Amino acid sequence: MNVKRANWVVPVRVAFVAGLYGLLLLPIGILFLHAFTARWFYPQLVPQEWSFDPFWRQLTLPGNQEALITSIQVAVATSLVSLCIAYPAARALGTRAFAGRNWVSLLFFIPTVVPPVAMGMGLNILFLRVGLASTFLGVVLVHLVPVLPYTIFTLTSLFARYELQYEYQAVVLGAGRWQIFWMVTLPLVLPGVVVATLFAFLVSWSQYLLTLFIGGGRVLTLPMLLFSAVSGGNPTTIAILSLMFMGPPLVVIAATARYLTAEGGQAQRSQY
Amino acid sequence: MRLRERFIPWLLLAPALAVLAVLFGTSIVYGVAQSLGYLTFIGQRTLTFAAYERILIGPSPIATEFWSSLGFSLWVSAASTLLAAAGALGVAVVATGRREAGPTGIFLLHLNLAVPHLVWAIALSLFLAQSGLLARIAAALGWIATPADFPVLVRDRYGVGIILDYVTKEIPFLTLILLAILRSQPRTYNVIAENLGATAWQRLRYVTFPLVRPGLLAGSLLVFAFIFGAYEVPAILGVRFPRTVAALALDFFLNPDLQQRAEGMAISVIMAMVVVVVAVGGYWLNERQTR
Repeated sequence: MNVKRANWVVPVRVAFVAGLYGLLLLPIGILFLHAFTARWFYPQLVPQEWSFDPFWRQLTLPGNQEALITSIQVAVATSLVSLCIAYPAARALGTRAFAGRNWVSLLFFIPTVVPPVAMGMGLNILFLRVGLASTFLGVVLVHLVPVLPYTIFTLTSLFARYELQYEYQAVVLGAGRWQIFWMVTLPLVLPGVVVATLFAFLVSWSQYLLTLFIGGGRVLTLPMLLFSAVSGGNPTTIAILSLMFMGPPLVVIAATARYLTAEGGQAQRSQY
Repeated sequence: MRLRERFIPWLLLAPALAVLAVLFGTSIVYGVAQSLGYLTFIGQRTLTFAAYERILIGPSPIATEFWSSLGFSLWVSAASTLLAAAGALGVAVVATGRREAGPTGIFLLHLNLAVPHLVWAIALSLFLAQSGLLARIAAALGWIATPADFPVLVRDRYGVGIILDYVTKEIPFLTLILLAILRSQPRTYNVIAENLGATAWQRLRYVTFPLVRPGLLAGSLLVFAFIFGAYEVPAILGVRFPRTVAALALDFFLNPDLQQRAEGMAISVIMAMVVVVVAVGGYWLNERQTR
């Protein structure tokens, strides 16, 4: 059964994979190098002086902490609202055949390809008019536009593979609506729901333009601070804020890794 | 009872449809209206194509800049998407071979995906700039004498830095899509082809590629649309001229002269139309080839 292979195949493949892993991790390493240096001028290969102080200073700055908290609040609120709206929609799309199903899918697909610039500009006027501009609620609502379709698609592919027979079984055994949901449906769909919520969190987390258009500089999230740090030009500050911005998504991914490796491959529809 | 059955899916879909119809629908309506010069906040209530004419028909500085921006955005998006798609295909095929990708590999790909585009762009600029880490390594090896000797890889005229950013960030995304498809296909196709004497290249060309093509095309469309509309990465890794259409639209929109909002909106509407045309074209291509 085993076919003979040239003996260079294995080392080349190992080198290739190692190189890829390096590529995935390298930029994160660079940010860490810059974040903990006091002085690091060209052409020094390694920092002349290491220091933890700038990192601590940025981490304890009230403005930065507020932005971190706002970012987390916006992303958590957006992903939870999105989950509640997307769950019934995805169940309909995934488990039922009905006239107009393809049109609805197409309708949900369109917001994922329309540029955020176009969306933000249009909604800016509407939100100003109804008093949602510069409010937390307004930012959450505008984040729903890119987040909701992804949540729906992720959950739809989950429900498309879902076996309704388990629920019928429970009905036959005399279970009530809530009993079915808690004891049959939820345990079955939980991994997919976790992954969908995670994607929603990440899509909302990295929004910059939509927050800018609707938040109007009043609702300050981390990417706003990061952009102003970039125009400030201090590499240490930029690197530290980048780490603060990158930290929560990495923590969330690591915490849900076990669901992702089981489910994520099937559900991968979004980037952030 | 029958009627109720038919009603249920729509009841379940209602919240999602309502939210998207109100938010997305009004943003489109307001956007198009403003691009036609319907600017109520400055008391203007006429509908004209003046903004479109100013942008599209030259010779004028605005039209010149718009067309060069559109060309630049199309170049960056198309080049990044094609390179990333080819790269992802290579990674998915070479790195996994005939085994399944391990959980560690998939986890690392997700980890890369979770790094926001903005952060990735910043990291790349610290790495590739003329005084960045790569230039320092080159200097230490004696390849360059001053930072100016190092090639301009970020904030360059041709968008090399932007393309490098998107290629490195989108390869993991597309690879995950490909791995999911490959995992759901029976492995035996390749084994049969090999037993029938197909070479590695033939297996890739006639077995693996046709299997993954629809998914790869759909993923590439998402990537293209994302890059074409994105603002953050070109803002970090690009130059002021030529800049992307997204940056140009935003510039018009933020102009203190509110009259110019019509131009900003017109550019956005054109951007949206470009993306929809590309998406429909890709969909059509996929349908035709699958048949």
